[in-house]
Amino acid sequence: MHILTAKNLNKTFHQNVALHNIDLEIPKQSIFGLLGPNGAGKSTFIRIVNQIINADSGQIQVNGENLAAKHIGTIGYLPEERGLYKKMKVGDQLLYLAQLKGLSKKEAVQKIKAWLERFEASDWLNKKIEDLSKGMQQKVQFISTVMHEPELIILDEPFSGFDPINANLIKDEILRLREKGSTIIFSTHRMESVEEMCDYIALINKSEKILDGEKSKIKNDFKSNQYTLVHRGNGIITNDTFNLENKSDLGEGLHQSTLKLLSGASSNQLLQELINQKVDIVSFQEEIPSINDIFIQLVQGDKQNKPTS
Amino acid sequence: MSKIGLVIKREFDSRVKKKSFLLATILVPLLFPAIIGGMIYFAIEESKNAEQQKVYVLDEAGSFNFENDKKYAFEELNINLEEAKTIFTESEAYALLYFPKLELSDPQGITMYAKKNPSLQASSYFENQIESQIRDQKLKASGINEAELESLKTNISLSTINVSDSGEEKASSAGVAYGIAYAFSFLVYMFVLIYGSQIMQGVIEEKSSKIVEIIVSSVKPFQLMIGKVVGVASVGLLQFVIWVVLIFVLSSAVFSMFDLNPADMQSAQQSMSGMNGNSETQAMMENSKVGEILNIVYDIPYAYYISVFAFFFISGYLLYGALFAAVGSAVDNISDAQQFTMPITMPMIIGFLGTFMFVMPEPDGNVSFWLSIIPFTAPVAMMARVAFGVPAWELALSMGLMVVGFLFTIWMAGRIYRIGILMHGTKVNYKTLLKWVKTNS
Repeated sequence: MHILTAKNLNKTFHQNVALHNIDLEIPKQSIFGLLGPNGAGKSTFIRIVNQIINADSGQIQVNGENLAAKHIGTIGYLPEERGLYKKMKVGDQLLYLAQLKGLSKKEAVQKIKAWLERFEASDWLNKKIEDLSKGMQQKVQFISTVMHEPELIILDEPFSGFDPINANLIKDEILRLREKGSTIIFSTHRMESVEEMCDYIALINKSEKILDGEKSKIKNDFKSNQYTLVHRGNGIITNDTFNLENKSDLGEGLHQSTLKLLSGASSNQLLQELINQKVDIVSFQEEIPSINDIFIQLVQGDKQNKPTS
Repeated sequence: MSKIGLVIKREFDSRVKKKSFLLATILVPLLFPAIIGGMIYFAIEESKNAEQQKVYVLDEAGSFNFENDKKYAFEELNINLEEAKTIFTESEAYALLYFPKLELSDPQGITMYAKKNPSLQASSYFENQIESQIRDQKLKASGINEAELESLKTNISLSTINVSDSGEEKASSAGVAYGIAYAFSFLVYMFVLIYGSQIMQGVIEEKSSKIVEIIVSSVKPFQLMIGKVVGVASVGLLQFVIWVVLIFVLSSAVFSMFDLNPADMQSAQQSMSGMNGNSETQAMMENSKVGEILNIVYDIPYAYYISVFAFFFISGYLLYGALFAAVGSAVDNISDAQQFTMPITMPMIIGFLGTFMFVMPEPDGNVSFWLSIIPFTAPVAMMARVAFGVPAWELALSMGLMVVGFLFTIWMAGRIYRIGILMHGTKVNYKTLLKWVKTNS
């Protein structure tokens, strides 16, 4: 079951195409990484989902229903460019934002209390935002995004502005929210957090979706059947099982070779071959591409294909 | 509560709970009467304490005769001009009036010597005195005797009565109408500009603090804009109502302190009108004049003025407030806003100046008519005209156009606003604004 489905989404700003025929399906209770270089159209997509702007054509469905005003309360949004009313007190501010999301005053007050306690920040209630440190402000901001317990949480660069300790705290909160049933759309340039947290990813480049799917499957698909071998002795002889792609000297008699399996062969066959050769195997590892590698490979490949744009 | 309601509440609370609001709301009504009262007090004190000043008169024609009064004591000199000047400069006297031998038909060379620039009041006082003496002499020369001359002098004070269509008569006074016209048009002008620019600042604050994107993911930009405009307006109205109440209470207190009950004044006036004491009539005149003005002030149709004022205040504010909101949304900071606020404040300033130059002197003139019909100048100009009385159809036309006007600016502002608030770092000019108005999103 998908919490969010986008079909054939198009958006143009004064002749600039921001989104072109975007199809996306976001499974429930997952962390979905929305990736892409700057200006690819991620923010436009997020703004359309948040009903800040309208798509020129195409369809968005939330839980199978067409996106409408009533879904405002089911979405929590943390934009990349964020801020709060500086002169407003934390409590008033959260209350206002919660009520705008459709919570009753009573509910809102309870939730705010619970969240501030969770973040050990109960004494901030009557402080003005401008009197808080930047990190504290970011926490208040995060609370404002999730306090109405939205089914769908959209976070645009959630870790910017956090120190490593607070970033970890937020990361744990995001994982906990998924456990409790929320779905998180996560737009970021920090590939290590994508690697660490995302279940699914989609890559948007130049207003088009060029890749999407389960993260582990994508990584599998991008495997190049290469293995890294660290060994003593310098006598690898290639045959019809594998090619020697690269070789380097690590010093102290150690060498590193990159071996590529030729079609049909398995990693066990490769090992068998190597054991029979005159080298001592120190380590043997399959090369799995990182999301970062895939990202760069695809985006740069795209550039080479369309040098004019 | 609806979302617009929530926005209105936030805009209202965040302004009303500020100390500066409380201060302005309470101090202004205290300050204005205090300043005016203080000025009147000092003026009275000054005229009371003013010493009689000496004025030398050198009359070579021998036909002028000045009587001492409260302000001036006249002393005649019978020497030549040079000596008189020496005496004058060595004395403490205020002025030296010099009359050469002159032809009554063409009096030339009358000169006033003074040590410092005489006030306008003083020089016109002497001019009046001299003119009337010359007139008397001319009349005498044409054969009118003293008694006849005395009987020619009359002192009148014109009371004006407004006759309405229904035949009802009402005392009116150009002065009172003028005062009301001035007060109301100034209030509209001030409120619209002050609160209009507050909207703009609020929008810029939301935009520059980047909270706006969070808000518009929950409310439509148009709702946010309307909520802000209405919220700020309610602050303005609240402040105005507090001012009116405070001023009313304060002035009632002042009236009762000085025993200036208009009903008493009127009866006193009537009971005395039978008597005809010569010396008392002067004092009576003064008294009845004050009573008359007080009557006029009490007879003002306050309900009518205040409802018309409320209409033009609100509609003028909506018209301009929407434009200020649009400007706030289009720029990134206050200093960028300058180039766009000029064209907005311009018509307001034209309306205000036009009110002084055309409406006040000639409330029913052509220019006054157009100023009070065109929605951009109407709030100020019509408020001034209303004080002098305005035909119902003109008022209705002006109000109708006002409504059309603010609906139009709100529509236009809404279209600029929804795009503008999400734009950062874009250089905006009028062409871009026009493009935004035309864009559908």
